[in-house]
Formats: sequence, C-alpha cells, structure tokens
Amino acid sequence: MKNKISVAAGTSKNNKTGAWRSYRPEIDFEKCTGCGICESVCPEPCISNSHKINKMGKEVRQIDYDYCKGCGLCAAECPFKAISMKIEKK
Amino acid sequence: MTKQYQALSPGHTACAGCGELLAMRHALQAAGPDVIVTGATGCSEVTTSGYPDSSFGMPWIHSLFENSSSVASGIAAALRYQKKQDKIKVIATGGDGATFDIGFGALSAMWSRGDDILYICYDNEAYMNTGVQASGATLPGTSTTTSPSGAVEQGNMMPKKDMPAIAMAHGCVYVATASPGYPIDIQNKVKKALTMKGPKYIQLLSPCVPGWGFSTDQAVKLGKLAHQTGLYPIFEAVNGQITSAMKVPKPTPSVSAYLELQKRFKHVLKNPQLLATIQAIADANIVKYGL
Ligand SMILES: Cc1ncc(C[n+]2csc(CCOP(=O)(O)OP(=O)(O)O)c2C)c(N)n1
Ligand code: SF4
Ligand code: SF4
Ligand SMILES: [Mg+2]
Repeated sequence: MKNKISVAAGTSKNNKTGAWRSYRPEIDFEKCTGCGICESVCPEPCISNSHKINKMGKEVRQIDYDYCKGCGLCAAECPFKAISMKIEKK
Repeated sequence: MTKQYQALSPGHTACAGCGELLAMRHALQAAGPDVIVTGATGCSEVTTSGYPDSSFGMPWIHSLFENSSSVASGIAAALRYQKKQDKIKVIATGGDGATFDIGFGALSAMWSRGDDILYICYDNEAYMNTGVQASGATLPGTSTTTSPSGAVEQGNMMPKKDMPAIAMAHGCVYVATASPGYPIDIQNKVKKALTMKGPKYIQLLSPCVPGWGFSTDQAVKLGKLAHQTGLYPIFEAVNGQITSAMKVPKPTPSVSAYLELQKRFKHVLKNPQLLATIQAIADANIVKYGL
C-alpha cells in the first residue's frame, strides 16, 4: 500500500480561521485611498483589491472575513485611519 | 485571467498578528513559484502544514527540526543531476532555534560545500513553538521560560550569536537582515539573493505575539522600532563586505521605546544596569554598521 505524503498547494483555505475573531476590521469605503498598506501587513493574508472605485476614484481594499483573525494590524498601519476595529457580534 | 501566484494562503493557524508568518509571506512571495523550499520544525511549519493541508503555493518539504539545510542540499544535487539548477532555485528555511542552535551543524556544512542555496532564518529570538525557551538568538536580559527574571538572574545571561557574521565567515556570497517593519526591503533582498550563485543567508526579525508579549496589532511597529533603535541592524553584505545599511533616525530613539511595548523586557525597565547593557548593544551596532 502506498502512503500519500504530499498534499495540494494552498489547501489550508479549508480552515476558516475567521471564527477566531473577536474584533472585526471594517474599511471605510470613502476614506480608503487604495494604497495597499493593509494588504501588505496582513499576516494571513486576507486583504485584496476589490477593484471597486470610490468617490476619490481609488480602488478600495476588501477583507475576506472567512480568514481574518481580527489582529488589528491593518487598522494600526493604515496611514489614513480608514479601518476601524468593531466588536464582533456572533 | 490567470490566477495570481500565492506563496502563502490563509487558513494557517499562526497566532493573530504573527510577525513570523508576515515576514515569511513576503520572502516567499518575492521568490516566485520556481522554487523548492525546505522548512524546519517550528511555528513557520506547524502552523502551515498540518496534514492534510498546506498553506504553501510552491513545493515545500519538511523533514526534521535539525536538517532543513541537508534536505535542501539533496534537492540542489538532484536539480544539478537533472540540469534544472538554473531554472529552479532552492531555499532552506528555519526558525532561530533551528538556525542558530539545532540545525547549525548542518547549516555550516551546507555553506562549507558552497551549495547554491538561499537560507532564510525567521528570527523571533526564542523557541516559540514549544513555549518560549531561550535560544542562541535571544538577547541578553530577555525573560523566557528557561531564563525567567527573578531575584538571582534577570533574564537570559548569554549574548545573541552573531549569525550574519558567522555566515560571512563561511564565505556566503550574500548576507542580509530585514524586518517585517519594511516588507518591500524583505522582497528586494530575497530577489537580489536569488540572482547570485552560491550560499546565501537572510535573517528576518519575526515579532512574536505571545513570546514577546505585545498586543496583536504591534508586529509591524516593533519591526520598525527594532531597527530604529539600532538594536536590530538592517544591512546587507556581498562577499563578506557590508555594502549597505538602513540608517536609523537622528535623534535615535532609545531602546526603551522598543522594550517598553514587550512583556519579555518588563523587568529591564526597572533595572538601570541591564537597560544600559541593552542600550550599549544598540549603540555598538550604530557604530559598527554606520547606521
Ligand atoms: C530534535 C528536536 N528537538 C526538539 C523538538 C521540539 N520542537 C519543535 S518546534 C521547537 C521550537 C522551534 O523554535 P524555532 O526554531 O526558534 O522556531 P519558532 O517556533 O520560534 O518559529 C522545538 C524545540 C523537535 N521537534 N525536534
Ligand atoms: S485584522 Fe488582521 S487578520 Fe484581519 S484583515 Fe486586518 S490584518 Fe488581516
Ligand atoms: S507563537 Fe509567535 S511565531 Fe508562533 S505562531 Fe504565534 S506569534 Fe507566530
Ligand atoms: Mg524562534
């Protein structure tokens, strides 16, 4: 019998670590300048470009709450204070 | 539209706010998909490769705590045999415990053989995955579970091993340090390293939430302060010569700006002699590296 010791790439996505979260980051659609700093500091990573354009004409970032653990790094590092941490209601 | 290559996928089980996974993600993303990576036992492995899942986007192999370098050497030899060594690069990785202590013999041998491998160390300055035991990378004065601060001793008594200097002494063609306070710098250094043939070493400071004792949103700030105080010099060296160093701000913040955000140094702030010892390390770095 052969033992399968290799696994497919990126399959950790099966674990919805968003369940860990007690604070929920929320991006203010109109404040976001699309700089991408939040995206670069998220350890999961679970922030991406939504390609949705706000009134400033900027591409707003979006958070995948299936994986966000609510660490707050994105909110702490956003230079425009466009992300706020709200208590998660579950 | 082709799906973008993702070196690290979410769903891993690292602590919220982990600086090690953040540093690793930027390093491996910069390396691109044409790599084979070996990982030593430790948080970077335990949190990402719980069978039957993997967070990695490239072929990534874990064997033991102590042999990440040896496995990488075997892979590099196989690629040479297949004449694929120019197309596929090999990266060996490990935590500071794996690098500075437990896998050090194998790493030294890999460098001595001159294998064309980039070794990346995730330096969170202790054995975190097993509950914060002091390693050869732990700074003097740090409180860990094996070097607690008490009436007799005030945290770790040993100096931090100078691994970058040890790498240079082995003839590594490229040696660099970086921190997740500056993600683009991590990416640039990995890309640069992979253009060079021969043994290479990059050491990434990796702020650890429970091991250092800080709130979950501070890893990037600490990654910057470690550099700005001079305590974690960020530099690169080519063929044993330091070629660039990231300048610290003038006036330079005192080390307490960095220490006061972390429980592992709580006792240091009440001990002027110990605080002076740590400040002296930062001051010496500023002189040595021309920060
Ligand atoms: C030979 C051996 N000794 C001890 C262990 C137990 N162990 C597993 S992970 C770990 C700590 C790893 O520390 P480090 O390399 O610094 O990585 P970190 O978890 O801090 O990222 C230890 C001691 C082991 N797996 N193998
Ligand atoms: S709170 Fe943390 S995990 Fe969630 S999106 Fe922000 S940086 Fe990522
Ligand atoms: S213990 Fe430290 S290094 Fe390990 S996953 Fe948690 S924050 Fe990351
Ligand atoms: Mg460690």
